[in-house]
Amino acid sequence: MFDDLRDLYQEVILDHGRKPRNFRRLDDPDRTARGDNPMCGDRIELFLKLGADGGIADVAFQGRGCAISTASASLLTELVKGKTAAQAHALADGFRQLAMTGTCPACEAALADDMERLQPLSGVHEFPSRVKCATLAWHTLNAALDGSKETSSE
Amino acid sequence: MSLDLSRIRADFPILSQQIRGKDLVFLDSGASAQKPRVVIDAMIRCMEQRYANVHRGAYWLSEAATEDYEAARGAVAGFLNASDPREVIFTKNSTEAINLVAHSWGRGVLRPGQAVLISELEHHANIIPWQMLRDAHGIELRVARATDAGELDIEDVAAKLADGKAGLVAITHMSNVLGTVTPAERLVAMAHAAGARILFDGSQAAVHRRVDMQALGADFYAFTGHKLYGPTGIGVLWARLEHQERMPPFLGGGDMISSVTFERSEWAPPPAKFEAGTPAIVEAVGLHAAIDYVSALGMAAIETHERDLVDHAMRRLTDIEGLSLLGRAQDRGGVFAFTLDNAHAHDLATLLDRAGIAVRAGRHCAEPLHTRFGVEGGTVRASFGLYTTQGEIDFLAEALVKAREFFA
Repeated sequence: MFDDLRDLYQEVILDHGRKPRNFRRLDDPDRTARGDNPMCGDRIELFLKLGADGGIADVAFQGRGCAISTASASLLTELVKGKTAAQAHALADGFRQLAMTGTCPACEAALADDMERLQPLSGVHEFPSRVKCATLAWHTLNAALDGSKETSSE
Repeated sequence: MSLDLSRIRADFPILSQQIRGKDLVFLDSGASAQKPRVVIDAMIRCMEQRYANVHRGAYWLSEAATEDYEAARGAVAGFLNASDPREVIFTKNSTEAINLVAHSWGRGVLRPGQAVLISELEHHANIIPWQMLRDAHGIELRVARATDAGELDIEDVAAKLADGKAGLVAITHMSNVLGTVTPAERLVAMAHAAGARILFDGSQAAVHRRVDMQALGADFYAFTGHKLYGPTGIGVLWARLEHQERMPPFLGGGDMISSVTFERSEWAPPPAKFEAGTPAIVEAVGLHAAIDYVSALGMAAIETHERDLVDHAMRRLTDIEGLSLLGRAQDRGGVFAFTLDNAHAHDLATLLDRAGIAVRAGRHCAEPLHTRFGVEGGTVRASFGLYTTQGEIDFLAEALVKAREFFA
C-alpha cells in the first residue's frame, strides 16, 4: 500500500526519526534558538556551543516533531559540528534548496559530501506540505547563529 | 428511511475522482464538505440567469437576485426552525458570526467586569474573539473544563456560573476534534437561570443533526455553509431580534443604513444592519440549494446514517493496536481524532494520502484542547459526511494497521 513512499521515508530517515542523534540539552550553550511550526505543533530547540575560533564546537537539540523534522534536525547536528558560522549558513542554504527542488546545482563542491548525506531528505520536495518539516531545524540553526531567539518555517 | 449511498455519492462529482490512481476516500468533511451537483448548478444558474446586485436595482434582474437572496434567508430560517427570517444574519462564515456577536453585542451590551464562559472543547474561532473582547472591553474570560472522556464538565459549568457574573455562555454544540455533542438544552437552561445569554458554535453540529431554534431557546447560534455541503464565503448568525435591536452595527457601509448625512446616519432595521456592503449573493443561493438537498434527504436520516458510521468507526478504530482515540463521549458525531504509536500525525497523514485517504493532521484549530489531552504534537482526524461509507472506514482501518507496520 505504501511501497512508493520508501523514497520519502528512506531507512536513514526512519532511523534518525526513531533514534535522533544529539537529542539533549547542552549545559551552558552560547546560542540557543527555538523553531515552531504553529500549524502542526512541531517544535525544536537548538543549542550551540561555540569554540574560541567562533566555529561550532558542539550542537544538540530537543523538541517534538514528525519523522522528517526529527531526522532533519538529527542529521543537522551531525553535519554542522566543527563548521564555521559561514560554512553552516552555506549548508543551510544548500539544504533548503534541496528540500524545495530536490537538487542543489548551485551548491559548491566543498558541500558535496554533506549534501550527499542529506540526499535522503530530498524526497520532500514532492510533498509541498512537508517541506517545512524538513527545513524547520535549518531555519532554527540560522536563527541561532544570527542570535535570534525564535523562528518559524511557516 | 435510510440513505441510498450509491445515489448520494453520484450526486457529488468530486467523489468519483481518482487521486494518484487511487479512489478518493475523503475523510475531511469536518474541515470542509464536498459539494453536490445541485449546489454547483444553482450557483451557475444564478450567475448565468439571475445575477445582479441586491436590494438596490429597480430592474428585473436585481429584483430577481434580491428575491433569491432573501429566499435563501427564508430557507435558512426554515432549516433552523427560526420563528422569523429576520433572525438570520448572513456572514462570511462561523468565525465572522462569532466575531460579530463578540464585537457588537459584547461591547454594546456586556459590561466590563462581566464574564464570558467558554470551554476547553472550543475551536479557536470561539476562543480568540472573546480574548480580544476581554482585552478591549475588560470582561473576564472563564473556561469550563472537559472531562477525561472528552465531555463538557457540567459541574464545572455550574460552578463557573454560580456567582452570576457571567453575561454570556459561548460553547460549541459539537467538538470539531472529539466529536462530543454538548447537552445544548441543559446548557441553555443553566445559562438562563444564571442570568446569562448563550451562544452556540454550531459549525459541526448543524451539519449532523436537526437543530431547532424554537425548541432550543438559545440566544445566538452560528454555523457555516461550506461544512453543510454549500459553498465557502457564506455563514449564518442566528440571533434573536430583541438582541439584534440592542446591538450596534459591526461593519459600516452600504446596505446597513436607512439614512446618511456627514453628521450622522441611521441604521437599517435588523438583519440588514449587520450586512454591510454587497453580500455573498451567489453563495447564499448555493447555501439555499445545499439546505434543500439535505432537507430532501432528511436530517433525521442523515443523523441515523452518521450514528451507524460512528458505531462502526468506534469498533474498527479501537481494534487497532497502538491507536489512542481522543475522547469517548457518549453523545458524539462523526469526528475522530487519534494518535498512533510510532507514527507522528503528519507522517501518518502523508502515508494515508498515498492510499487515497484524505485526513487532517495537526491540532485542528484547537490547540488548548490538544494541550488538555497531552497531545501537543497533534492528532490525525478523520471526519465523516453524509456520503461516507462503512467501506471507507474499513479501508482507513486497514491502512492504519499497515501504516503502523511501516513505521515499526
